[in-house]
Amino acid sequence: MLREITLGQYYQTDSVIHRLDPRVKLVTTICYIISLFIVDNVIGYAIAGLFLALVIKLSKVPLKFMVRGMKSIIFLLLIAVVFNLFLTPGEAVVTLWKLRITKEGIRLAGFMAIRLVFLIMGSSVMTLTTTPNNLTDGMESLMGSLKHLKVPVHEIAMMMSIALRFIPILLEETDKIMKAQIARGADFESGNLIKKAKSLVPLLVPLFISAFRRANDLAMAMEARCYRGGEQRTKMKPLVYKKRDGLAYGAVVCYLIICIVFGKILL
Amino acid sequence: MGIIETRNLAFEYIRRDEEGNVEGITRALDDINLDVKPGDFVAVLGHNGSGKSTLAKHINAILYPTEGAIWVDGKDTAKEENLWDIRQRAGMVFQNPDNQIIGQVVEEDVGFGPENLGVPTKEIWERVEESLKAVGMYEFRKYSPNKLSGGQKQRVSIAGVIAMHPKCIILDEPTAMLDPNGRREVIRAARALNDVEEITIILITHYMEEIIHANKVFVMDKGKVAMEGTPREIFSRVEELKSLRLDVPQVTLLAHELRKSGVAVPEGILTREELVESLKAFY
Repeated sequence: MLREITLGQYYQTDSVIHRLDPRVKLVTTICYIISLFIVDNVIGYAIAGLFLALVIKLSKVPLKFMVRGMKSIIFLLLIAVVFNLFLTPGEAVVTLWKLRITKEGIRLAGFMAIRLVFLIMGSSVMTLTTTPNNLTDGMESLMGSLKHLKVPVHEIAMMMSIALRFIPILLEETDKIMKAQIARGADFESGNLIKKAKSLVPLLVPLFISAFRRANDLAMAMEARCYRGGEQRTKMKPLVYKKRDGLAYGAVVCYLIICIVFGKILL
Repeated sequence: MGIIETRNLAFEYIRRDEEGNVEGITRALDDINLDVKPGDFVAVLGHNGSGKSTLAKHINAILYPTEGAIWVDGKDTAKEENLWDIRQRAGMVFQNPDNQIIGQVVEEDVGFGPENLGVPTKEIWERVEESLKAVGMYEFRKYSPNKLSGGQKQRVSIAGVIAMHPKCIILDEPTAMLDPNGRREVIRAARALNDVEEITIILITHYMEEIIHANKVFVMDKGKVAMEGTPREIFSRVEELKSLRLDVPQVTLLAHELRKSGVAVPEGILTREELVESLKAFY
């Protein structure tokens, strides 16, 4: 159950998207998220959807992987849809007792659902096609100028990369502890919300202890391999912009313009 | 001077209660005198709590001696300016393969050490390639470490250390969490490095089978070196090993029991073939 989360997992294959500079992918993802909030009509979303479909196609990541990642946000999605559906004022279409579904509500709920789905898929494409180290390298380089403001950019990047590396390991561990506790008679399924939350304690305590132990081991292993922060460190894979990165930036700018023109100004 | 030398090395773990008062002192290492020559394959043996891991952490300057001193390649680990030199020269492989791999891709992890040393990009790639080839993991260079078996992960960890061009590698129970196949893989890789690259290997373990190939064995007990010698010398002292709560390989034990019941096989038999040969001599 827990292994189905694909967010933050790298999918190994060779594609144009995989080979793009991580900075391009980061900027594109941010632009894409912004574009999702700019557009507010069907054509706009169609353009965003087309763009996403094209990128997924180019990335050669099976759609299965993206959809699997969606399962984890279904609950969030439902809440957003239900709230929008019932709580938007406007012209009533259906009235159920005190609840009214309005025309505007349906429209907003639909857009919200599409927006969330695209948002998660869009960021999944980035994490599925970029190794976490690459990704944090990109962030480190994009935020490089903050170093002068004494922001510990390298340290933040390193922490993120380690966090990402340990997600699958900790998930596996959670699974293991869960099974071990179930074998001892623990019940994670039944009861109300409070009881369910309480039943998580025997899961979280061992998980935290083991995470701290791992952190300790890892810190020691890093020190043993001469890690001493970002100073005088060289890069195995330094970031260098190539021709395709320039083209990708161009494509993103075109996409943004089209989005603004069709999704906002027209209609 | 040897690659690793210790003089009267002692280390104490100090336990403190919540207010910071000293609750108790555990002497994990007590009066250790070692002398390891370049190119040696040294095995350190001992049951849990015998101080063998504490010793390993001293060689990599993760812990500093409470008393006495330790020199790695002629450098005193207690001096802070030697710290990074020592860590580069004496690489360390730990027990848990998951907790020491930093990269999300095998080659990135192997490159981590050279990156920290400030090696130029082009040379990092050369080092990564040669070290992955040395442990036979080159075809897995693009894999995620999560998709590898335990033995493969440990070989990647070893490659990560080799890429720093150390003079000596300390393997701190590298096989404790592996299955028999993985154990063989890792030991084979360590032996190849010792034979081909002439890197000094210090193997800390509690599996008896793994020390057969060492040219020097130290058995530790309660923080002291209890026995010292070649594997053959160590294994001919079966009763002593048993009193230290260590298991002797079955073949050695069988030979020992045969001797006790009057069959004149030699002491310190290490492999099945040897026993067969010495038994054949009777017919």
